[in-house]
Amino acid sequence: MRFRTITSPHILQDTSVGQVMRRVLYAMLPGIAALLWFFGWGVLLNLLLATVVALAVEALLLLARGKPLALYLGDYSAVVTAWLLAVALPPLAPWWLTVIGVLAAIVLAKHLYGGLGYNPFNPAMIGYVVLLISFPREMSSWLVPHGLGQPAALDLLDSARAIFGGVLPAGIAPDALTGATPLDVLRTRLGLGQSVSEVRNSPVFGLVAGHGWEWVALGFLGGGLWLVYTRAADWRIPVGMIGGLVLIATVFYLADPQHYAPPWFHLWSGAAIFGAFFIATDPVTASTTPRGRLLYGAGIGVLVYVIRTFGGYPDGVAFAVLLMNIAAPTIDLYTQPRVFGARRG
Amino acid sequence: MSETDYRHIFKNGVWTQNTGFVALLGLCPLLAMSNSVVNGLGLGLATMLVLLMSNVAISLIRNLVRPEVRIPVFVMVIACVVTAVELAMHAFLPALYTVLGIFIPLIVTNCCVIGRAEAFAFKHGVAKSAVDGIATGLGFTLALVLLGALREAVGQGTLLGQADLLFGTTLGPHLTVHLVDDYRGFLLAILPPGAFIGLGCLIALKNVFDARAKRRAAARPAVTTLVEEAGRA
Repeated sequence: MRFRTITSPHILQDTSVGQVMRRVLYAMLPGIAALLWFFGWGVLLNLLLATVVALAVEALLLLARGKPLALYLGDYSAVVTAWLLAVALPPLAPWWLTVIGVLAAIVLAKHLYGGLGYNPFNPAMIGYVVLLISFPREMSSWLVPHGLGQPAALDLLDSARAIFGGVLPAGIAPDALTGATPLDVLRTRLGLGQSVSEVRNSPVFGLVAGHGWEWVALGFLGGGLWLVYTRAADWRIPVGMIGGLVLIATVFYLADPQHYAPPWFHLWSGAAIFGAFFIATDPVTASTTPRGRLLYGAGIGVLVYVIRTFGGYPDGVAFAVLLMNIAAPTIDLYTQPRVFGARRG
Repeated sequence: MSETDYRHIFKNGVWTQNTGFVALLGLCPLLAMSNSVVNGLGLGLATMLVLLMSNVAISLIRNLVRPEVRIPVFVMVIACVVTAVELAMHAFLPALYTVLGIFIPLIVTNCCVIGRAEAFAFKHGVAKSAVDGIATGLGFTLALVLLGALREAVGQGTLLGQADLLFGTTLGPHLTVHLVDDYRGFLLAILPPGAFIGLGCLIALKNVFDARAKRRAAARPAVTTLVEEAGRA
């Protein structure tokens, strides 16, 4: 009698690119739900528009480059890029803003470099930065989160009209809907000479950081932890980034608590949590060695703090990630792990 | 067509060996000053003037200068020419001079100027060197104006904006073309990244043209090649 012989590996795992990308999409859902609750239907419309445009552009470029359509569209990488970009856009951003951002991300940052796996920079962040430096006014008109006395939440139809037609319902001025984000407020008021404790009295702040924003961050934290648990994202990058950000923020906070916001505020504000788990962990553009990933993450964390505190923009996750993307190959070079059995040093 | 035929020199300078698109010399002024057509045209013409004068001067003294010291001599000649051009622009085009600023004296460091001196003017007669200077300068101006037009059109929705800097206040304002009414502006194209992205696109476009021309030449009937061969023999 013959037994069937099977060679190793004996424990099989379905870890295709598509699988990992789908997990990233699922993991974003809690954070997106929080965004929807606080900022209205515009978030959903942005996501839909970005997804449709990203898939269309990806398909066109694949055709132009003579690549198989089904294989590359089925890996969901274009959808992930579209979602990462869409949640970073103001919820009532005009449609052309989303389209230009997606074009920059897919064409400029991804396919001009050779497609998925060859891009040195995070495509979603390239799209975001292109928009941020080209259209500062549109990119800074964030809505006031739900529950801070904005007139009335726009329904789906009104949001669509605002995004695609640029018209708001009668009786609602654009200024009534938009407002400064907590990081904007902190930055402006500190610039005016107020102390951190005075700034904290502003109504835009909630329990820990910005009202509404802290729940969004919590949603992304939950999804991000699940990503780390399923090994779709390496724990070292978020740990490195959060560690770097908290460490430098603590040092400055302890030195002068009246002029530097506390570390928990920095952690729960802006895109810190979202960036740590969803942006920095992009396996293509991040560092690949274990020690390198810790360093890469820490570099992003420190840069985020430096840009927020001393730079020209209220938040700096996108710039920090792109800067560390450039550094990733060098970090990899100097953090090669020792081959098992090779001599130390 | 021999290597130093006038037509060959001219075609080389403007297209085949274009400093901006092929040799990629003088990228610093090309990238920095191509944010509008007028800036590009102004710097391009100034560079062309410098190239013409330095090529002629170096060709004139090429038999008096020992090859061992030629590079310092080139540098001094070019520095003199650039200073003269700078003073002339300061005197006659003060507004453009202010806009172009540091990039006028920096023509002295433009590698295409010393490159043509070393590669061409030091080895050829005055007339040919003059043609080479004009052709290379035209090629550089072409690159500057094309990139400037691309960046200005995308970035501001105009062409030849602020034309009064170059063409005077009577003629200048009429030259400006508004491509789109009420254009929001796409700042990226005006900022430095736009220069790199735009130059990359233009180089790609030139390569497409050249590849197409090559294919067409290869597909041409053999009769012409026979005639050419007969001519060469």
